[in-house]
Amino acid sequence: MSFDEIKLLLTDKFGDSIITGEERTGMQPALLIEADRIADVCLELRNNPRTYFDFLSCLSGVDYGVEAGRFGVVYHLSSIPYNLQLVLKISKPNDRDLEELPSFPSITSVYRASDWHEREAYDMLGIYFEGHPDLRRLLMPDDWEGFPLRKDYANAEYYKGIKID
Amino acid sequence: MNIRNSKYSEALERYHKKIADAAVEDMVLNMGPQHPSTHGVLRLELITDGEIVKEVIPHIGYLHRCFEKHAESLTYQQTIPFTDRMDYLASMNNSHAWVMGVERMLGIDKDIPKRIEYIRVLVCELNRIASHLIAIGTYGIDIGAFTPFLWCFRDREHIMGMLEWASGSRMLYNYIWVGGLFYDLPVGFEERCREFVDYFKPKMVELNRLLTDNQIFISRTANVGVLPLDVAINYGCSGPVLRGSGLKYDLRRIDNYSAYPELDFEIPIGTGKMGTTGDCWDRYKVRVDEVEESLKIISQCLDRLQKELKRTPEFDPRAKLPRKLTPKPQDYYMRAEGTKGELGFYFIHDSNRTEIPFRVKSRGPSFCNLSVLEELGKGVLIADLIATIGSLDFVLGEVDR
Repeated sequence: MSFDEIKLLLTDKFGDSIITGEERTGMQPALLIEADRIADVCLELRNNPRTYFDFLSCLSGVDYGVEAGRFGVVYHLSSIPYNLQLVLKISKPNDRDLEELPSFPSITSVYRASDWHEREAYDMLGIYFEGHPDLRRLLMPDDWEGFPLRKDYANAEYYKGIKID
Repeated sequence: MNIRNSKYSEALERYHKKIADAAVEDMVLNMGPQHPSTHGVLRLELITDGEIVKEVIPHIGYLHRCFEKHAESLTYQQTIPFTDRMDYLASMNNSHAWVMGVERMLGIDKDIPKRIEYIRVLVCELNRIASHLIAIGTYGIDIGAFTPFLWCFRDREHIMGMLEWASGSRMLYNYIWVGGLFYDLPVGFEERCREFVDYFKPKMVELNRLLTDNQIFISRTANVGVLPLDVAINYGCSGPVLRGSGLKYDLRRIDNYSAYPELDFEIPIGTGKMGTTGDCWDRYKVRVDEVEESLKIISQCLDRLQKELKRTPEFDPRAKLPRKLTPKPQDYYMRAEGTKGELGFYFIHDSNRTEIPFRVKSRGPSFCNLSVLEELGKGVLIADLIATIGSLDFVLGEVDR
């Protein structure tokens, strides 16, 4: 199934508004999906007998920089039965206020693999996943302040009163 | 925490409450981070009822070294030593995946000379054997068999010696570079490697007699930690863990990268010979069989490296090194079969002028393989949990990155 057929399949099922754009310049074309419906899209792609995207290869949170003021999540799905790969992208503007983290729907109900990936994205970039069963920090300590992979992150000088060199 | 919005601390409070409640009814047991059978610095919080584990809560991050943050401030070439330190038992495979990703972004992956491709595959497969030997040996120790561990380390030492001869370092090689290699193989490497293959084949037969077919070992591992195939796929397991559940899925064959399409090898899968498909013994057996397959690949590589791709005085492994590593702005997800499973690097490159990626995400196979432990650890005996942990064969350097 080609990239265009997948696109058609999604617009037939969810309407034209589901796809907000596409990127075709690189070697791996990507579909930009409406952020709030990513879980439905993943479920459809996983369960549809024509695609069977059953394997979540990778989930990456991305901070697009201070000027862009956007946060996004990139999903790399792969279909074992059909040997296909697909890239989905969602993004939202955010003003980096720590009281209002960028928030996306969680896809843990579709792929359990996304559980730790989403926790990592929350831990490193401060992306909140709506509906995640256990969204705690994963790699950093629970009481760590700030989100280290953000582009505007300033290195912590102290942790619990201990100087970090 | 300086964030006041309570939405973001709900999960943490739920977790604290769960532990506090469990401490009244059941027992909360900390396994690790120094427990020998957690293979590094993994900490498991077990909620137990007597000998039965009700729930496993893994805590990771003790070995977190900010790989992704480093990669955002170093050039592609400078990051190769950092990839070595992710899965430190199979450094060659990590840098191979990284280098292939960068080469594809630069569009030079088709120009790599055949001899370099074959040397890369050769050292990767040697490293795969070394990594699997550790998995097999330490698994024996987890179960209580000490001898196989010593045998595996003795044989692994030969591989370490050879790779040290080629690259100058015992474990963290920095040998595979973008567009080429650090050096050509030293003179006489192929012969010594062939000697090793001849020496090692009977050792595997011995090891199988000692451990694989050992009735005590089978009793401890068969029908234990059964991972059904649908669960394995949904949790993103890959490599021997997925193949142990009975699916022939190996990226060396699926993606046909590097020199693998020209090589002849089988993909071993778990069959449930001693119990149920997807149990600990199956996962263990897949690794043993993969060692045999890797030996086959090595022999074929050596054949070609000694015949049509022979060393010539004018061969320079650094001839194709690009002067500037500046890919076009693009995203690329590179996946390759590491020793533990699907090793992925997701690159975002955003500028024509820089050699530094905008964002790198690494998908460690151990990371996903370990996350399935929460599922496997429900309602099992503590001793069986140890057997399950060992059979997943993760490296904490890659889980935490």
